[in-house]
Amino acid sequence: MKLLFEKSIPGRKGVSLPLMDVPVQQDLMPKTLLRKSNQLPELSEIDIVRHFTELSRRNFGVDNGFYPLGSCTMKYNPKINEETARMEGFASLHPYNPNNKGALELMYELGEDLKKIAGMDAITLQPAAGAHGELTGLMLVKAYFKDIGQDRSIILTPDSSHGTNPASSAMCGFETITIKSDLKGQVDISDLKNNLNERVAAVMLTIPNTLGIFEHSILEITKLIHDNESIIYMDGANLNALVGKVRPGDMGVDVMHINLHKTFSTPHGGGGPGAGPVAVKKFLEPYLPNPGVGKDSLIAYPKSIGRVRAFYGNFGMLVRAYTYIKSLGSDGLLRVSENAVLNANYMKERLRKHYDLPYDSICKHEFVLSDKNMPNGITTNNIAKRLLDYGFHPPTIYFPLIVHGAIMIEPTETEGKEVLDSFIEVMVKIKDEAASDPEMVRTAPHTTVVKKLDAVLAARKPCLKHCF
Amino acid sequence: MDFVPNTLEQQKEMLHTIGVSSINELFKDIPSSILLQDPLAIGKGLSEIAVKRKLASLAMCNKISYTSFLGAGSYAHFIPSIVNALISRGEFYTAYTPYQPEISQGVLQAIFEYQTLIADLTGMDVANASLYDGSTALAEACIMAHTITKRTQIVALKSVHPEYREVLKTYCTAHSFQLIEADQPTITDKTAALLIQNPDFFGSVHDLRKYAEQAHSQGALLVVNVVEPTSLGLLVPPGECGADIVVGEAQSFGNPINFGGPYLGIIATTEEFKRNIPGRLVGKTVDEEGQDGYILTLQAREQHIRREKSCSNICTNQALCALAASIHIAALGKTGIKELAELNLQKAHYLSRKLMENGCQLYFNGPFYNEFVLKLDDVNSTLKKLADKNIIGGLDLGKFYPDLKNCLLICVTELITKEDMDSFVETLS
Repeated sequence: MKLLFEKSIPGRKGVSLPLMDVPVQQDLMPKTLLRKSNQLPELSEIDIVRHFTELSRRNFGVDNGFYPLGSCTMKYNPKINEETARMEGFASLHPYNPNNKGALELMYELGEDLKKIAGMDAITLQPAAGAHGELTGLMLVKAYFKDIGQDRSIILTPDSSHGTNPASSAMCGFETITIKSDLKGQVDISDLKNNLNERVAAVMLTIPNTLGIFEHSILEITKLIHDNESIIYMDGANLNALVGKVRPGDMGVDVMHINLHKTFSTPHGGGGPGAGPVAVKKFLEPYLPNPGVGKDSLIAYPKSIGRVRAFYGNFGMLVRAYTYIKSLGSDGLLRVSENAVLNANYMKERLRKHYDLPYDSICKHEFVLSDKNMPNGITTNNIAKRLLDYGFHPPTIYFPLIVHGAIMIEPTETEGKEVLDSFIEVMVKIKDEAASDPEMVRTAPHTTVVKKLDAVLAARKPCLKHCF
Repeated sequence: MDFVPNTLEQQKEMLHTIGVSSINELFKDIPSSILLQDPLAIGKGLSEIAVKRKLASLAMCNKISYTSFLGAGSYAHFIPSIVNALISRGEFYTAYTPYQPEISQGVLQAIFEYQTLIADLTGMDVANASLYDGSTALAEACIMAHTITKRTQIVALKSVHPEYREVLKTYCTAHSFQLIEADQPTITDKTAALLIQNPDFFGSVHDLRKYAEQAHSQGALLVVNVVEPTSLGLLVPPGECGADIVVGEAQSFGNPINFGGPYLGIIATTEEFKRNIPGRLVGKTVDEEGQDGYILTLQAREQHIRREKSCSNICTNQALCALAASIHIAALGKTGIKELAELNLQKAHYLSRKLMENGCQLYFNGPFYNEFVLKLDDVNSTLKKLADKNIIGGLDLGKFYPDLKNCLLICVTELITKEDMDSFVETLS
């Protein structure tokens, strides 16, 4: 499909600007500071509408169909969220407009609700994404130990953790040590014990973990970490499995981020914007980013790590998450975790008969299959591409790294049984095709607008913009 | 409403398949001592209309019916109707990061076009798919400069947005960088980067070339921060003035001011440093049949491949905000962007002239774009007088700069009419 630039016709314009209603004065800007030209396209409004409508048709979202992308919680994004976030009183409010009572009240109320859901004592809404939340949380950890005069520079993370965990640790100047998982896919407690010492600042846990498994020994693990006077960081990416059932704060978690774009239904937007509030226990509150949002005014924390983002964070996403929480309430949120877990266990139970299930236990919101035992050497990538032909978005693949050819399936609670059934049937069919017609599976996808793309070429000779 | 489609009957069938008798059994792996016994104390779910009313009443508590002369890093521009219509397509906004390129060509091509537009506007070789916002983009640029130069000192001019510098300070502490904030830059052989905002926080426009010379003579990089990118419709691109990294905030294009977010951070650099750029990059390639296609590329820089060795922990970009920006920029096009910038320039200068004719004084003398600083006797009483006439006069700079007590930062975009400005001047005289 042609690029915007290739559709340009000199003389066209797609915008109607206000008239110049003031006298024009020449030479306001020295000539040396002026640009000579630009290469923006020249298009009329309909050209642009058709271009982007055509692009949208070449894209797949939750509104198009089932999107079981593990660890990303691709649930339905309620339309009402989009409407409330665009209300004039929110969208047209300037961050320095002093008449902001409604916005601050919404932020305060959202913070209170999230604290109750997480079982935590204080919260910042500033972080713009989950990884930004991790970074903020680890900055709090660093500030805390500096303040109490302890030199702790190590972060422990399980081998099943998200890549952002070690990356965020490195950005804070921490050294990361990886903890092994045991045969059940849970934290290997003896490996944890061996690595806990007076230099460990925090242990980052994803609960349930990326295999979709809840640590059976969670209370023993958190006690061990606390006995070592280390901090427990929870990666809240998988909170969807727990809402209304159990609160991270009650497990012993000291600091966590919450992905509003996962559990709280704000849309993923093709890769953002998201929002990653960070909730903490009382002892970490003094270090939270400034400003905090109090009931009637902004809060300045005494030992704040400082700002992590200009203004107040991704406010528009906060409006959406608040809308969602009010829509669901305590009863609705409980049905979220219950049905997310029910759907995942149902799919796991049916698919395990056809695919290798490396870790067999009750799962929470997701589970992981592997491509072991696939006929004719068909790989996870082949399966994923073949799923495209059947109109499904594939699961997360090759993650977590501890499973060979991982296929990580997260159905979410907003899919009905009949949707899960049709996906399961296709997965079974692909397994059969792998035996009967492996070449067809290997060369998939066959029905998409482009076929398999040359990733090696893209990386070897990077073409990162249109060459005019 | 909870958006859960499973009926009780379906739930029963599923439980039967799993071989358990109740959903609670699926939670028996959680110690019973911590399972919640009571409902969360957040109230019961509300109907759609009740939620809408609740949100509408909160939105109405924010008074926005003012004529606003606020800018300072958040710019109210006219957003053409096509922007919202197109970004509201579910295929775009309910998709995730385009990991499966065959069914994500829409987002991928849109990002490739965005990268091209930003590269052209900034005059740089490579732009990424966007970062969280301008403030975090500036911090990421410093980390990038450190990686390239192996130096740990960052010099930021005080005319960089004060909240950006606060964010920078937070990141520098985490990285153990030394941050020097100065009115005039002193660059040494320890400096990784010189940071300059253009137009600066006060709206003033600078000749970047001399700063580039100064930085480069000591082996430091020049990082240019563009917070009001509509200015690039008129101003010489930083890339033509020797900038090594251009960062900034692209909210001005297609994104409402939204009480400060979501916005989108720009980061662009030269060919030489493209492998050091953080965040997502989309590249052009071909498929098996030789037709053009787009794909996430140079992923060896990123956290999901490199974990602790990645160049940033960033995972997402602000794809939907970038899409809005692209649509707006495309609608403006080659001539529209220049006209938009000219409108902003002329209108701001009209107001400044009128104010000076009425005996007011500007704090700075040099060229400016759509913002300028007014020196007043008593900023509070002026703001109050204006507020009584339903005008938010601008930003009291004393909040950020003790030296600029009683100074007002005024922004004029194309949304402000001559009548708005005349009544501003009238109220003051």
